[in-house]
Amino acid sequence: MATVPVEAGFIVAGLLFLTGLVGVLVRRNILFVLLAIEIMLNAAGLAFVVAGSYWQQPDGQVMYFFVLTMAAAEVAVGLSLVLQMYHQFDSLDVNVMNKMRG
Amino acid sequence: MTTVFYISAAIAVVTTVLTITRVNVVHSLLYFICSLLATGVMFFVLGATFVAALVVIINAGAIMVLFVFVIMMLNLGPQSADREKARLKPHVWIGPGLISLLLLIELIYSLVTQRPAETTAGRVVEPERVGAALFGPYLLAVELASMLLLAGLLGAYHLGQGVVKGIPAAISHTWAPKSMEKGS
Amino acid sequence: MLSLLWLVPILPLAGFAVLAVTAGQLPRKAVSALAVGSVSLSAIIAVLITINYVVTAPIGTAYSQTLWQWMRVGDFAPSVALHLDALSVTMMVVVALVSALIHVYSMGFMAEDAGYSRFFTYMNLFVGSMLILVLADNLLLLYLGWEGVGLCSYLLIGFWYTEPNNVRAALKAFFVTRIGDTAFAIGIFLLFTSLGTLNIQAILGEISAYPAGSTLPNAAAALLLVGAIAKSAQLPLQTWLPDAMAGPTPVSALIHAATMVTAGVYLIARMHTLFLMAPAVLLAAAIIGAVTQLVASFSALTQYDLKRILAYSTISQIGYMFLALGVGAWAAAIYHFGTHAFFKSALFLGAGAVIKVLDGEHDIFQMGGLRHRYPITFWAFLFAALTLAAVPPLTLTFNSKDLILNQVLLSEGGLGLWILGLIGTVLTAAYTFRLVFVVFLGPEREVPERRLLRWMVVPLVFLAFLGAIAGIPELINSISGAKGLYSFLHTAMPGPVRDFESAGSPWLLQLLYVATALAGIATAYLLYQRAPQYARSIVSTPVGLLLHRWWFADWGFDWLYQKLFVGPYMVLARVNRGDFVDVFYRGLAFVSRVINSLLSSTVNGSVRWYVTVVAGGAVIVVGLVVIL
Repeated sequence: MATVPVEAGFIVAGLLFLTGLVGVLVRRNILFVLLAIEIMLNAAGLAFVVAGSYWQQPDGQVMYFFVLTMAAAEVAVGLSLVLQMYHQFDSLDVNVMNKMRG
Repeated sequence: MTTVFYISAAIAVVTTVLTITRVNVVHSLLYFICSLLATGVMFFVLGATFVAALVVIINAGAIMVLFVFVIMMLNLGPQSADREKARLKPHVWIGPGLISLLLLIELIYSLVTQRPAETTAGRVVEPERVGAALFGPYLLAVELASMLLLAGLLGAYHLGQGVVKGIPAAISHTWAPKSMEKGS
Repeated sequence: MLSLLWLVPILPLAGFAVLAVTAGQLPRKAVSALAVGSVSLSAIIAVLITINYVVTAPIGTAYSQTLWQWMRVGDFAPSVALHLDALSVTMMVVVALVSALIHVYSMGFMAEDAGYSRFFTYMNLFVGSMLILVLADNLLLLYLGWEGVGLCSYLLIGFWYTEPNNVRAALKAFFVTRIGDTAFAIGIFLLFTSLGTLNIQAILGEISAYPAGSTLPNAAAALLLVGAIAKSAQLPLQTWLPDAMAGPTPVSALIHAATMVTAGVYLIARMHTLFLMAPAVLLAAAIIGAVTQLVASFSALTQYDLKRILAYSTISQIGYMFLALGVGAWAAAIYHFGTHAFFKSALFLGAGAVIKVLDGEHDIFQMGGLRHRYPITFWAFLFAALTLAAVPPLTLTFNSKDLILNQVLLSEGGLGLWILGLIGTVLTAAYTFRLVFVVFLGPEREVPERRLLRWMVVPLVFLAFLGAIAGIPELINSISGAKGLYSFLHTAMPGPVRDFESAGSPWLLQLLYVATALAGIATAYLLYQRAPQYARSIVSTPVGLLLHRWWFADWGFDWLYQKLFVGPYMVLARVNRGDFVDVFYRGLAFVSRVINSLLSSTVNGSVRWYVTVVAGGAVIVVGLVVIL
């Protein structure tokens, strides 16, 4: 296996995370927003794995395992909510759902 | 092997950027799957073989497939791509881009000034060790994760049921309103 | 027997408690039995205690009965305790007797009134408070009774509260006496902080250590004097009493003639040592008394409302009492209080009977010739009027007013005051008999409608009788030298500085007083009975008209106070309607609301906005962590 400088790993993770963040902020279609959230989750997990590889502990991978589980559950529920939203509002625009204000 | 890491890192970053800039959802999805695969390669190079497999199987193989199914169900059509194109004018990228740039600068600055000056060890962390950790110290977390998945399962089941216009499906079978208008 | 002292104030209060709780649910007979019964029982016990006190030797030892410790706050430990000596015995028995008789009278007077139970509730509370006032052992308990009677006065003046004038009169009474109450309270504070105790006997003992005329006695006495002036309706705080006649007649008789208005007199008599240490204040009291009785007599001459005449008469007679107190004739003042309580309440009860039979008519010039139809009332009224005017044969040789005038003459520099008092005697007789002639004698104008109930007649007669015989003990004293009321009172208060050589006053002075009284009666007879046109012609002259109008309006005091105090205060109240002190709190609320609206505008429901803010916040926080 390779010996990679740790900063490089973290910078890659950071780049991916920030890309996902930009995606969340820019896109208005809820599916793209969910996708961008997935990007962010994946990037966070990458950071964990890099750290785990540095310390030669399994904990990094365990953490990624849990992140993955959570992402799966979230996507399942989130997508069914997206279905509900589409049937209710006939639109996938995030700006439509702004009733929880004040 | 280090160069493999850098190449796959580059692929991951590029495909991720492409993911968020496409107008067609399916294209975005596919680019993201590529990004995930590149991530898997990075994991493998780092020695985390277990999660490398996990990325491919679960992340790319289950979650993204779920995405694809739902998009198919939504049956969006070509006009959605035109709408997305209309929304993605260059000026919308400025603000978020600025925020992300600032965060990136802060991240790199903190990393560079800390100077751990170490590199990852080039050895594999065996799946057996991961399994032992999961069944050992993290047993409780595993059980909680399983409950989380159960909750997700039930939530998805209820929310995904047939929709009556105006009422969430989860409660439509418990409640029959007198008048039903969207937005009332 | 003396140990039953606590029953005297408690019985009326118990009656009040029951009546207050049942609040109109009881049948009328039960209400009457309870109210009149409790007060009568209290009166009987008071009389028995008096007899017991008088016959036990040595006469004049004080008796104290502590009921319970009121509170204990550091050094301040007043108790609810009753103190019995010659002064309080006199006051107690007079108050109790008059109250009981007026309660009986009220059964007849208020028989058809819808607020029957409410009336007796307030009356019982009043009697209980008044008895606490006169029996109190310390100033705090006295102040409790003081405030209690003030409250009942307000409640009872405004008894028929649906009529706005009555409410205004009640409020006026309350506000004016409040001025005195505040001064009294400050006086109490002053005494406590200087002397460390509120027990009256202790205060009187300690205050004599101060040099006469020093600051503490002067200040405390002055404050107490203001309290007494307000409660007893003397100048310049007398404006409330004529208007207080808006209440039912038994109220006027009990509260505003016999008992509450004499509370000021009692206070000064009780705190005599304090006042002796402040000669300037005593002089002020004498002057105020003398001037008041004159001013009120002039005003009484011009009034046509039956009860207002009697109200001004009350102010005038209390002026005599203040005059007596001011020259140091303590016992004379209290003696005059006793007789005044009897005959003035008799006069008021008679007036009430007249008003009742004429179906609410108050104007004496609409009345006339009532003596034929109501002889008993007429004779009782006449006896009481004769006692008021201090005319023999009833008040032969010993008359409380003559006693006062003698003491005034004998005191230093008292000649001027004596002359004023003498003029007052003429005027008193004049306005009293103006009243008698116009109401009872002369041609009959209005035909009376109703029959008098016996409840009303009996107390009236009894009180007139008591007023008439009140002079007899002293008559016996002057003739045989046995101990009388006058010397009895001296066991509690200092005697006069100077006195005549003989037991009675010189014959010449006696003759002078009788002559002045007869002169007054003769004037009234001439002007109102014989030749009424003279009265009218006097009034129609320019000077006469001016004087008449001025005296009718109570010498302009109401107008003056309206201009000086009431008007500006109302203007200020209107200006400050927004309550400038509130601005701070409203400002706080306003600022909170502004911040709230600012913050809640950030919760606009848009998810992208939320994420943006989170990201921006992350930039800042991470930057801080990185930099610092």
